[in-house]
Amino acid sequence: MAQPLLQSAGAVAPAVPAAHAGTNPLCDLKVEGLCKSFGKDRSVLHGVSFSVGREEAVALIGSNGAGKSTALRCALRLIEPEAGSVLLFGEDISSARQRQLRRVRAEVGFVFQKHNLVPRVSALTNVIHGNLGRAGGMRGWSQLLAATALRDRAMACLDRVGLADQALKRADQLSGGQSQRVAIARALMQQPRMIVADEPVASLDPVAGQEVMDLFRQLTREEGITLLFTSHNVQQALAYSDRVLAIRQGEVVLDENSSGLSAADLGKHYG
Amino acid sequence: MADLLTFNRSRLPERFERPGALHFVAYVALLAFVVWSFQGAGWSFSALVSGGPALADFLSRSWPPSLERLPQLSKALLETFQMALAGTLIGIVLSLPLAVLAAKGLTRPSLLSRAVYTSSRLLIALFRTVPDLVWALVFVIAVGLGPFAGTLAIAVDTVGFCGRFFAEAMEDVEKGPAEALTAAGASRFDTIFCAVVPAAMPSFITTSLFALEKATRSSVVLGLVGAGGIGIELKVAMDFFDYQLAMTIILMIFVLVLCVERLGTLARSRILEGSSQ
Repeated sequence: MAQPLLQSAGAVAPAVPAAHAGTNPLCDLKVEGLCKSFGKDRSVLHGVSFSVGREEAVALIGSNGAGKSTALRCALRLIEPEAGSVLLFGEDISSARQRQLRRVRAEVGFVFQKHNLVPRVSALTNVIHGNLGRAGGMRGWSQLLAATALRDRAMACLDRVGLADQALKRADQLSGGQSQRVAIARALMQQPRMIVADEPVASLDPVAGQEVMDLFRQLTREEGITLLFTSHNVQQALAYSDRVLAIRQGEVVLDENSSGLSAADLGKHYG
Repeated sequence: MADLLTFNRSRLPERFERPGALHFVAYVALLAFVVWSFQGAGWSFSALVSGGPALADFLSRSWPPSLERLPQLSKALLETFQMALAGTLIGIVLSLPLAVLAAKGLTRPSLLSRAVYTSSRLLIALFRTVPDLVWALVFVIAVGLGPFAGTLAIAVDTVGFCGRFFAEAMEDVEKGPAEALTAAGASRFDTIFCAVVPAAMPSFITTSLFALEKATRSSVVLGLVGAGGIGIELKVAMDFFDYQLAMTIILMIFVLVLCVERLGTLARSRILEGSSQ
């Protein structure tokens, strides 16, 4: 968090309040006993528990339908879990009210597989939307209405992902790789303490995918941002993480440091 | 190669699913009702043929169009379009918040939001299902004869039309951008205006321009019940058998509606291709 980019917005987005210092200062996310089912017959998570340490990069792997995306969404209560608890930056958000939930979510940059940018508006406006969790209202709706400080910071975020020259290009006219970079810039706009990325390179070609993963690595190392990402690519999971979690049929079946694992070890958790 | 492309015909799926007995009876009943409806509607080929000379007589008596009252008629035509434009704009502005309340999944699930959703849907249905001519009669009683009554009638009709389509457009947008902003801590209000509305904007623009075209046509008819515009001029001309004047009015209405449609098509393509924000 020492980079000028993330400090420059002090006037727009306040620094992390002291109240956010968690009960466990070394753990950004702690999930215990998460259960979730969709309908009567489709149980997806069966008591999933894991933790993500501060400034740690953790890969979550597992086959399609194993429950990776559901686990990530339940961890931020984008989907309501049926049971279990979530400690985010030391705050119990399991039964948090909307206001508290929004405040905590504002510190987590979520990057989605399909970018989830707002089409028809510019890359710059999309990045500015990243500040809505900290300061809502009309001035955060569009770059046309945004305060100069907010525009400056959004441009700095776009510059950080190498897309400052595409600021006014419509989001739906960007390539897949550029879109994902804008999504990362939007996450950076949040001044996140943690980035959660759900299969961030699954829809990209190998080169664009590698560039995005390199960017994540740079952010975790240079900005001290915690990273939790899901991937189907075991080589990538090993290369870009400190620790690997494997989830199978809704249960965590592996939780080990990446250094002691091989691609073959991870391959067993598919199929 | 030929062997690879052969297929056992007994395994071919049927082109059409054979209807069950109940479905078959329903189809026959539906067909019978359609035929009966033509009878009920007084459809008559002989009346159509015998009406031909009367129509020809009307056309011959209405040609050439009379240009005597062109300035007054132009003013009335302008008033007709002004009614349509003002009514449509008011209707669009009012229908946006109502559509947000009437769109599924935009508000937090609760008993209150369910009640608000149902009430909004019912209100929109009421505005849409009661014809604009009836609204015009109601507003003529309320605010008196003249274009204001017509404008209000068009506004209400536009709320019914746009409210429904705006709500459906917002329900149909990709949920991903809204989820991304929710994940970033944005409020529901901000999420709607930053993620849902921009994504639904092409549909909003198309619907709004259709509403203006529809309102232009409606505003002509509303004049017949005293709600302003050129409609009353047409009625008076027809009542006094002044067919040449009536033809002038019909042609002026045709040009107006055609211009609005053409401009609508042009604006639609320009705005939809337009620059980003």
